[in-house]
Amino acid sequence: MTWLENNSDWVVELTIQHLFLALAAIVASVVLAVAVGRVAYVRPRVRQPILAAASVVYAIPALPLLIVIPLVLGVPLRSPTTLVVALTLYGTALLVGTVVDAFSTVDAGVRDSAVAMGYGRQALFWRVELPLSVPVLLSGIRVVTVSTVGLVTIGALVGISSLGTLLTDGFQRGITSEILIGVLMTMALALALDGALVALGRLLTRWQPRRRRRARTPLGSTEVIV
Amino acid sequence: MTTFLDALTWIADPANWGGAQGISARLLQHLAVTLVAVLAASALAIPLGILIGHTRRGRGVVVALAGAVRAIPTLGLLTLLALLLGVGVEAPLLALVALAVPSVLAGAYAGIESAEPAAVDAARAMGMSELQIVRNVELPLGAGVLVGGLRAATLQVVATATLAAYTSDTGLGRYLFIGLKARDYPQMLAGAILVAVLALLLDRLLATAQDRASRLAHSTEGTP
Amino acid sequence: MGIEFRNVGKTYRDGTVAVADFSHVVASHRIAALVGSSGSGKTTLLRMVNRMIDPSNGTVLIDDEDIQGLDKVRLRRRIGYVPQAGGLLPHRTVVDNVATVPVLNGTSRATARGNALDLLTLVGLDASLASRYPAQLSGGQQQRVAVARALAADPNILLMDEPFGAVDPIVRRELQDQLLRVQAELGKTIVIVTHDVDEAFRLADDVVVLRTGGVVAQSGTPQSILASPADAFVRDFVGADRPERTLTTTEVDGQRLVVDADGRPVGILR
Repeated sequence: MTWLENNSDWVVELTIQHLFLALAAIVASVVLAVAVGRVAYVRPRVRQPILAAASVVYAIPALPLLIVIPLVLGVPLRSPTTLVVALTLYGTALLVGTVVDAFSTVDAGVRDSAVAMGYGRQALFWRVELPLSVPVLLSGIRVVTVSTVGLVTIGALVGISSLGTLLTDGFQRGITSEILIGVLMTMALALALDGALVALGRLLTRWQPRRRRRARTPLGSTEVIV
Repeated sequence: MTTFLDALTWIADPANWGGAQGISARLLQHLAVTLVAVLAASALAIPLGILIGHTRRGRGVVVALAGAVRAIPTLGLLTLLALLLGVGVEAPLLALVALAVPSVLAGAYAGIESAEPAAVDAARAMGMSELQIVRNVELPLGAGVLVGGLRAATLQVVATATLAAYTSDTGLGRYLFIGLKARDYPQMLAGAILVAVLALLLDRLLATAQDRASRLAHSTEGTP
Repeated sequence: MGIEFRNVGKTYRDGTVAVADFSHVVASHRIAALVGSSGSGKTTLLRMVNRMIDPSNGTVLIDDEDIQGLDKVRLRRRIGYVPQAGGLLPHRTVVDNVATVPVLNGTSRATARGNALDLLTLVGLDASLASRYPAQLSGGQQQRVAVARALAADPNILLMDEPFGAVDPIVRRELQDQLLRVQAELGKTIVIVTHDVDEAFRLADDVVVLRTGGVVAQSGTPQSILASPADAFVRDFVGADRPERTLTTTEVDGQRLVVDADGRPVGILR
């Protein structure tokens, strides 16, 4: 691990770049997916076309997506924008279906009584439907987060700097420990963000009956998501 | 737009289709690698998934493990194995199998588990053996979910097989990396288009299979 | 004054007629019950009052004002509503559920919570439940919270849609008694929808028996309906011929005992 000692500053720098690229794409995915998913939920007629489009986008491998985007947007291939846009498309495609499911889980009786009490459309969305869809939404956001953090590394193949740079650089120079550090740091970042989301979820869903928490074994802190 | 046309022209050019480096050869190679990886992963993960789904034991461990595997950057696994095993096709193949296992496994146990406990209980009460329960009740009811797992795994493998061309002279991804190195955008784009089309076709194919498999469950419902 | 249905009807786009032509006046400060089996249009009529459903024809007036001209959301905020299964917001504590409408109306959260605590006492709930979430309450407790919530903005009108339909008979009885106590204190104009004739007779000053499509079979006080059912439908619906409604007296040990048609004792006639 002498490699790490000699290059720790660089690793920190790449980790920060990686974090920003991933966060930008994750936040954009969530915002976009909630907006698109909301439309799909509210208008059943466009739901199927939207979900079909999402599954098509999701089926396109990330690297080809990365190569097509500069042509469509006119940004340079090596620009971070390219990567963030590609990962946002990907994340949105992955999340849209979950958003529709999440809104569908909101109890119709609760929605109805909220309207009857005098919630307007805006208030209904922000104060009733969105908070109530958090549990399902969050499970989807966790998947997108882990996937996005991993996919950021692919940017290194076209020269967008991130922890992925350690993978390509390590491969070209034949330094196993460099790759290993890249892999471990990427995983650590993914798991840290995932942990943060779990904590946030606990905070936002204190109203839910805690069957799952009680079922947890004293040893395992692993949350079981099906 | 011109780049796009250039890429299409490149694909349409018969000269680019023949030979060991041609599109047909690379397409077949890409398909073969995908198929072998998914089959190998299935051979490992489907029996294990059925066991977990049927006994409902060990799911926590598997979920945690699958979560950890999903957090591994695919490029990292590819480059690491390439350094350890050399530039042949073995390293990417091993990586692809490792990456496909969690999806297949999740599909298998979730599928088996999706069978209604009441149906399973009734089958047991009728005198079916555990093996018969799996074959006659749980598998037909969970087939759709199981194929869904295979579909997710296949998508993952097709995509990752593209990256595998970075470390080994395998599949359609090679055009991307040749184009990238030579700053030949049309060739790079042609590679991207070919991979995307292949992925979409496979996804449609497996989506259809998933639909058929799901219908299997509905036709079984109601019959003892 | 009160709530007036003037020739209202509701036809859905697929041609289903939920309510054909219904007219009725619900007097202020009284409890009116709309009773009927499913398909009688009773819930449709109730939901016209807070414009959850707009009539296809006819008008609904509150205190002589046509509500069609009013803003839906504002109208709803001044009408209390109790749905069948509580409809509490699962992500809000009990006290915040009760404070919902006042807060929507711009009352400060602290004030609204203070009032909410008083309302919880009024509906017979212990203040210690205030910080719980709905999922931590029993069905009966949830329904009490729903009543408190409907009263929170001090509305003149309370709409109740099968309010006690989802709880067991013993709890239902307690909730009915509680409602009558609250009504004795507050004197709201209450419209209650139920398929349970006994509930309607127990709670309402004014009962409207509906046939399919919102056709009034008979309306009047519980006494008048039971005393002289308009026709065989009403007679059958209110169970005028049921054993427990056909009482006779008999003398036992010098007391005049009231018994039902099966001879089971009901009470003593003084």
